[in-house]
Amino acid sequence: MSDHNILVDVRNLKKHFSKGTDLWGRSTEVLKAVDGVSFQIRKGETFGLVGESGSGKSTVGRCLIRLYDYTEGEVYFDGHDLSKLGDKQLKPFRRRIQTIFQDPYSSLNPGMNVLDLIGEPMNIHGLYKKEEERKEVVSALLEKVGLKREHLYRYPHEFSGGQRQRISIARALSVRPDFVVCDEPISALDVSVQAQVVNMLEDLQAEFGLTYLFIAHDLSMVRHISDRIGVMYGGRLVEVADSDELYDNPLHPYTKALLSAIPIPDPRAARERSAFKYDFEASGDKQHAELREVSPGHFVADH
Amino acid sequence: MRRLIFRRLLQTLPLLFFVSIACFVMVKAAPGDPVLSFVTPNMHAEDIERIRHNLGLDKPAYVQYFLWLKECLTGNLGYSLINHKPVLDQILERLPATAGLMGAAIGLAVLIAIPLGLLAGANRSKLVDKLVNLLAYIGVSIPLFWLAILLMYFFSIKLHWLPSMGMRTIGMDSAFDVLLHGILPCSVLTIGFLAVYVRYIRSSTISQLKEDYVQIQYAFGSAKRTILFRHVLKHVLLPVITLLGMSMGDLVAGAIVTETVFSWPGIGSLGMTAVRGMDYPVIMGITLFSSVMLILGNLLADILYSFADPRIKTTR
Ligand SMILES: Nc1ncnc2c1ncn2[C@@H]1O[C@H](COP(=O)(O)OP(=O)(O)OP(=O)(O)O)[C@@H](O)[C@H]1O
Ligand SMILES: [Mg+2]
Repeated sequence: MSDHNILVDVRNLKKHFSKGTDLWGRSTEVLKAVDGVSFQIRKGETFGLVGESGSGKSTVGRCLIRLYDYTEGEVYFDGHDLSKLGDKQLKPFRRRIQTIFQDPYSSLNPGMNVLDLIGEPMNIHGLYKKEEERKEVVSALLEKVGLKREHLYRYPHEFSGGQRQRISIARALSVRPDFVVCDEPISALDVSVQAQVVNMLEDLQAEFGLTYLFIAHDLSMVRHISDRIGVMYGGRLVEVADSDELYDNPLHPYTKALLSAIPIPDPRAARERSAFKYDFEASGDKQHAELREVSPGHFVADH
Repeated sequence: MRRLIFRRLLQTLPLLFFVSIACFVMVKAAPGDPVLSFVTPNMHAEDIERIRHNLGLDKPAYVQYFLWLKECLTGNLGYSLINHKPVLDQILERLPATAGLMGAAIGLAVLIAIPLGLLAGANRSKLVDKLVNLLAYIGVSIPLFWLAILLMYFFSIKLHWLPSMGMRTIGMDSAFDVLLHGILPCSVLTIGFLAVYVRYIRSSTISQLKEDYVQIQYAFGSAKRTILFRHVLKHVLLPVITLLGMSMGDLVAGAIVTETVFSWPGIGSLGMTAVRGMDYPVIMGITLFSSVMLILGNLLADILYSFADPRIKTTR
């Protein structure tokens, strides 16, 4: 992996939330949502992050867009340590790094129309200030994500989930980012729409040269879109590999368990496959194991 | 939109009917016999029965109800059993004093509560928040009559800064005089409303700030202040419309305790006198009047709300 190709470099990232505070406001107990995660994303690639609900995927994503301060560790973006930057210095990165949230129903302000919604990041970064120009750019974006010019003055509640997610995507792309954190952008959508949106994300990636972090909690759609995949469990990465390698040769028992949970369309094959269960309890103390590179580009935690 | 208004109006009719029944039943069920307030020690039993008959109180309850309802609909809320003046006139006569006092208190409370609640909610768990929260807790937990007496003792009796009783100094007829008399009762009521409103606005600010569409603004690089005013404020203010609609009942019912303590000549103290004298028509009149205003206030709030919220505008 040559260094200048790496856009995002996450080093031993930790994010702990306090569960409760005592009378004096000190944390009594911490929840280790992310507990020492390291991985790299190369320019132009899609890095998939999978894991069960609560494994800390969204928290990693929200750390990368600096919604949170880190408990420990660093995130380098294009060589800059995001954890060290203040609000002012972060601003250019707030343009270059965009995000699409999981829930299309809550991530759009219900009181704003499409033009204002998509124009919001432009407002913040002072792009396309003239009204006519702004309208043109937004309309073009709308068409790019498969919506129509007529939708400019509609409100979010007038759209379906899939359409809303397209608005979110258009909004994320409106300021020409380099890197987009897609936090389960399809899991709230109908299966029939999921493929459409994923294909669209791929087309846009090719067109704009985007780099993606693609978060999901099952492996089926992720394999298709990701170049490499990291598997998270309990706030840590247990395995990182090229996507085909991960599917063909999963090494960590948790990855195997996750793969065995993918529904198989062929009932006979499904019956023959014995569902693999990972005994999480038994491996409890080994969770703190470091990732080891077992073959080029394939990392796995001791298990 | 017009259909929405029409439908909401229709919906209020059964509600009003129900309110009128509830009103009637409650007063009927209350202990005490109004006739007794006319009885003097040297009256005979026949005299008492004659009074009962003259007042219509010997008829069956449902007949009394329909008689009362019919009169109400024609604008006659009956006559006070005590001073025999029309109830509606008495209410209308005292309405300005009450509406002025309550309007000022509610308005002030909202104006103070919005910035305070936003400030506290946006700085959750910080010092400002703890302070505002503490004050709000004190505000909701101290009895208003106690606060009223305390303020009266301090500002009127000790410092002689403000008048303690009534609405006007006898022989004076200036707006300034009324204002001076209003300061103490208005302060007490403002504190009462403020405590409730602040907690409401604070918690709705906190929940708004957690919304994904607000969180994502941080990721876009929006400044905290911009987020608060551009994205949070509107969604915090919308429910305040509803809150105000619900205060419409208070606006006309007045504050019984505060008005009584300060001898404010409003509907609240009228109600107090009526309760003491078991003056049924007046009690019913006030209850009905304030209930109707409350219902209309809510209706108005709903309509305003639908103008402000695009989700309601188009789905109806
Ligand atoms: N702001 C927060 N404050 C406190 N705890 C949090 C916060 N955000 C997340 N958590 C906790 O951190 C853990 C990881 O949450 P996270 O949202 O990252 O999981 P996830 O892998 O994205 O799950 P899902 O697939 O359900 O989205 C969970 O136990 C969650 O309850
Ligand atoms: Mg998540």
